[in-house]
Amino acid sequence: MDLFEYQARDIFEKHGVPVLPGAVAEDPASAREAAERIGTPVVVVKAQVKTGGRGKAGGVKVAKSLDEAEQYAEQILGMDIKGHTVHRVMIAAGADIAEEYYFSLLLDRANRTYLAMCSKEGGMEIEQLAVERPEALARIAVDPNVGIDDAKAKEIVDAAGFDAETGEKIAPVLQKLWAVYRDEDATLVEVNPLVKTADGDIFALDGKVTIDENADFRHEDHAALVDTKTEDPLEAKAKAMDLNYVKLDGEVGIIGNGAGLVMSTLDVVAYAGEEHGVKPANFLDIGGGASAEVMANGLDVILGDDQVKSVFVNVFGGITACDKVAEGIVGALSKLGENATKPLVVRLDGNKVDEGRAILTEANHPLVTLADTMDGGAAKAAELAAN
Amino acid sequence: MSIFLDKNSKVIVQGMTGSEGMKHSQRMLDSGTQVVGGVNPRKAGQSVEFDGGRSVPVFGSVADAMKETGATVSVLFVPPKFAKDAVIEAVDAGIELAIVITEGIPAKDAAEFFNYAKDKGTTRLIGPNCPGIISPGQSNAGIIPSNITGPGKLGLVSKSGTLTYQMMYELSDIGFTTAIGIGGDPIIGTTHIDALEAFENDPETAAVVMIGEIGGDAEERAADYIKANMTKPVVGYVAGFTAPEGKTMGHAGAIVSGSSGTAEAKKAALEAAGVKVGKTPTETAELMREIIKGL
Repeated sequence: MDLFEYQARDIFEKHGVPVLPGAVAEDPASAREAAERIGTPVVVVKAQVKTGGRGKAGGVKVAKSLDEAEQYAEQILGMDIKGHTVHRVMIAAGADIAEEYYFSLLLDRANRTYLAMCSKEGGMEIEQLAVERPEALARIAVDPNVGIDDAKAKEIVDAAGFDAETGEKIAPVLQKLWAVYRDEDATLVEVNPLVKTADGDIFALDGKVTIDENADFRHEDHAALVDTKTEDPLEAKAKAMDLNYVKLDGEVGIIGNGAGLVMSTLDVVAYAGEEHGVKPANFLDIGGGASAEVMANGLDVILGDDQVKSVFVNVFGGITACDKVAEGIVGALSKLGENATKPLVVRLDGNKVDEGRAILTEANHPLVTLADTMDGGAAKAAELAAN
Repeated sequence: MSIFLDKNSKVIVQGMTGSEGMKHSQRMLDSGTQVVGGVNPRKAGQSVEFDGGRSVPVFGSVADAMKETGATVSVLFVPPKFAKDAVIEAVDAGIELAIVITEGIPAKDAAEFFNYAKDKGTTRLIGPNCPGIISPGQSNAGIIPSNITGPGKLGLVSKSGTLTYQMMYELSDIGFTTAIGIGGDPIIGTTHIDALEAFENDPETAAVVMIGEIGGDAEERAADYIKANMTKPVVGYVAGFTAPEGKTMGHAGAIVSGSSGTAEAKKAALEAAGVKVGKTPTETAELMREIIKGL
């Protein structure tokens, strides 16, 4: 889960990373109050969206008075930045910035370690810097079982080429950012820019943090970080049922078992849909060993998507038993009764396939078509969605 | 022959007495695997009776189990919370192969136990969040159904469980030396490259199917490896062409971020390395069948 800047700021503060005073606001009046509380002559009004490029889009404004803060908040709230609606702004204290740096710590999948990246040239898009001037971006491997200790922090600041005085100020900040990474189960902690003020103080001005949801069991407080405002209602419903669902923009609803097979089903439907002008409507993985109830819940979520015109159920039973899947389909359809209007194409193979197909054949529901193959089922579902 | 697992492999199960562990230990036994023990400190000294009149002893630790049974492989069905400690216990005991089936292990824990194992240098890890490994007709360590296909001359390596099953099914007329599911998490033990290297060195494997998916650059690195080192034909498949940027597709590792990790880039890299890449699993199987005919 990616965090908003203000959430990252709060987490940084909790772990002793130096940050400037800041507060989040959801309406112009609260933005004004926040600016008043912060009390610096200049505040920055920043759109809170989980995407880059907000500055260019006009989502960051420097306000020199309370009136301006309120006015800018009004302009920015509701703005659309790359498809993300701005629901909140952060009001941050202004700072007299002398220099801008870059730091990040992330999972290095290739080397299966962590990777620290640091540069004296912060502020700009780091991808751009990495391509244009790779020598300006220090890349240092961090052993997950050691982390950023004194020696590693020194190695990083030296590699980035900081002078001794600045390096000594930055090194302890890097260790605190390591504490954020480790203690919050982050998979990314990025500070861009990390700034030095005219007074020589170091602050993390803008932070990006990605939290590993697999570690939620040891972070009860992380539940509060979930953004219910911008969450898709169908995704929220699926999550409440413990289903792995991602809403997409298309007409063919997809249910399958196993992430890889479902991804593959989406692709196969997309190919088949080219001919008919339809696309997959979602990703939904019912997981391994799904019961009839899980299958029925999945159908419930997908049929709740008004854009869906047909559904393709593609199951290869490994642990999942095809008879349970068939029972789930029959049960969900009978519960829906006359409200069931969308055609279903079902392809079953593997564990208990004969039993599963027999259940569907016997139920003989007018909306259900059995497919023999994955490609054939995808073609049929695409055709039905187009009609 | 086969890779990593054969008929002589003696397998223990960490977490055998839990519901998943029980279910899959039974399935492993039914498919002919030598399951020689389970590990659970609270049930040490007891035995678990499985269908078919088989009794499997439970040991208090991996070290005890290895000492008593000569086991060289451990399959872990330990819940995410306890998985790291369980892997470290297996590594400390010096097990040759640890297969971590558990889904939902925090990336930090995986990073820590992977590097711990790497430093010790005695244990190969497969997974986490993987279906395990099967050498059909010989042994089955994990949750891959054993009745999809029999032994043959293909090797298979895949990030995804169900796509592994689908591909084994598509190519069941040819059969497999070994099929291995390496898992869909960001940090995994055995990689595509490790499996490709082992298949290249296995005299009974004639050709390899490699299945990838969006996220990371493991497929691109595998493509480089294939170009430089593989003499055996490789056929590829990549899932996730329709996945949008920034949305995790089920597997924690399956996410396209920016321009990296796209299915398009992976397909292009594989094709540049001379690998034929199918558009669908069925087409991929067809490509493999053509190659096998020509060998």
